[in-house]
Amino acid sequence: MRLAVTDLACARGGVPVLSGVSFTVEAGQALVLRGANGIGKTTLLRTLAGLQPALSGEIDLPDDQAAYASHADGIKAQLSVEENLSFWAEVYGNPVPDTIYEAFDLVDLRHRMAGTLSAGQKRRLGLSRLGVIGRKVLFLDEPTVSLDRFSVNLFADFIRDQHLAKGGIAVIATHIDLGLDAPELDLEPFRASADQSGGSDEAFL
Amino acid sequence: MIALLKRDLWLAVRAGGGFGLGLAFFLIVVVLIPFGVGPDASVLEPIAPGILWVAALLACLLSLDRIFALDYEDGSLALLATSPLPLEGAALIKAIAHWLTTGLPLTLAAPMLGVLLHMNSEAYGYLFISLALGTPALSIIGTFGAALTVGLRRGGLLLSLLVLPLYVPTLVFGAEAVRRGAAGMDVTTPFVMLAGITAGAFALLPFASAAALRVNLR
Repeated sequence: MRLAVTDLACARGGVPVLSGVSFTVEAGQALVLRGANGIGKTTLLRTLAGLQPALSGEIDLPDDQAAYASHADGIKAQLSVEENLSFWAEVYGNPVPDTIYEAFDLVDLRHRMAGTLSAGQKRRLGLSRLGVIGRKVLFLDEPTVSLDRFSVNLFADFIRDQHLAKGGIAVIATHIDLGLDAPELDLEPFRASADQSGGSDEAFL
Repeated sequence: MIALLKRDLWLAVRAGGGFGLGLAFFLIVVVLIPFGVGPDASVLEPIAPGILWVAALLACLLSLDRIFALDYEDGSLALLATSPLPLEGAALIKAIAHWLTTGLPLTLAAPMLGVLLHMNSEAYGYLFISLALGTPALSIIGTFGAALTVGLRRGGLLLSLLVLPLYVPTLVFGAEAVRRGAAGMDVTTPFVMLAGITAGAFALLPFASAAALRVNLR
């Protein structure tokens, strides 16, 4: 299993932001995306996850293995931590492993309503979703926003020991050092030139 | 799919879910009518089927913009779109959940409210059947409208303008069935048309809704 991206170009709001992006990630490896705000990290991840079409280029990844996680966690305030997790587990047809509560330090919060959690706790709950969906290829957009030092380490441990060690792939856009032994890809050289057209009708769709 | 239906029903009945809002609106509109046109039975009786149908339709409209907007705001819609659940299935489930929390209570409550409008006693059964056949179409058409307008600011207003004209056939045949039933005439034609509209909408609109959602999620 591997993720191969060849000569990918993608646009946001009808304006091309990236072009000529090529990289390969083998099973058990992670890739960290770097670049200034607005360079197109989110756009690239959304394109890879299949939420928006690419302008050109090819994405080669195993069928039905991609999962996406963004700034928005998709947490329902009126449901408890456990109910939130078991909903996603059921959608993906998996059981909820008990270890997931320990991995993200949620044991004490299990029966709390998600609406009463702090921002960092919500984030941990959102990230723990990745542990119940059983997908091999993760596209993570700023996963550590509002997490404290301790939780960042929990998350890095989870990615390293529970995901990559089991042959998973992760593409992570982040501004901080996660402590993962992963190659970095700076998106600056792939910035699309301003006069490049393409997908100009996108804004009207 | 069952998981999504369960979650939506839970969210609707828990605090702030808006369950009962449509029902309360329906109740109030129907109670207001006799105040407006006077308590005279000879005036109320002929307009009762139409009033009940229009009120049910407006009550249905009230909760439409919640179908996708909340999921869009908190990001669950994007996560659902990348999940193994097809968006067509998600749209269908959302419509069913909307009907169970809005259309079904309206259908059950409408015959009781008919009393307030001096509705002909023979019409009660027809009112119940016509609402049971027609309100699912209101939910699925509304889901399509909600999918079109998801992510727009003040989308609820645009949603009403888009959806109300599409409700006309259901309203016409629904109210006509009750009127004919009350007058002791044959009701086969309006019932068949009503059921046909609902069946057609359920067959086609989940696909249209999913396509609209995909465009709006870009």
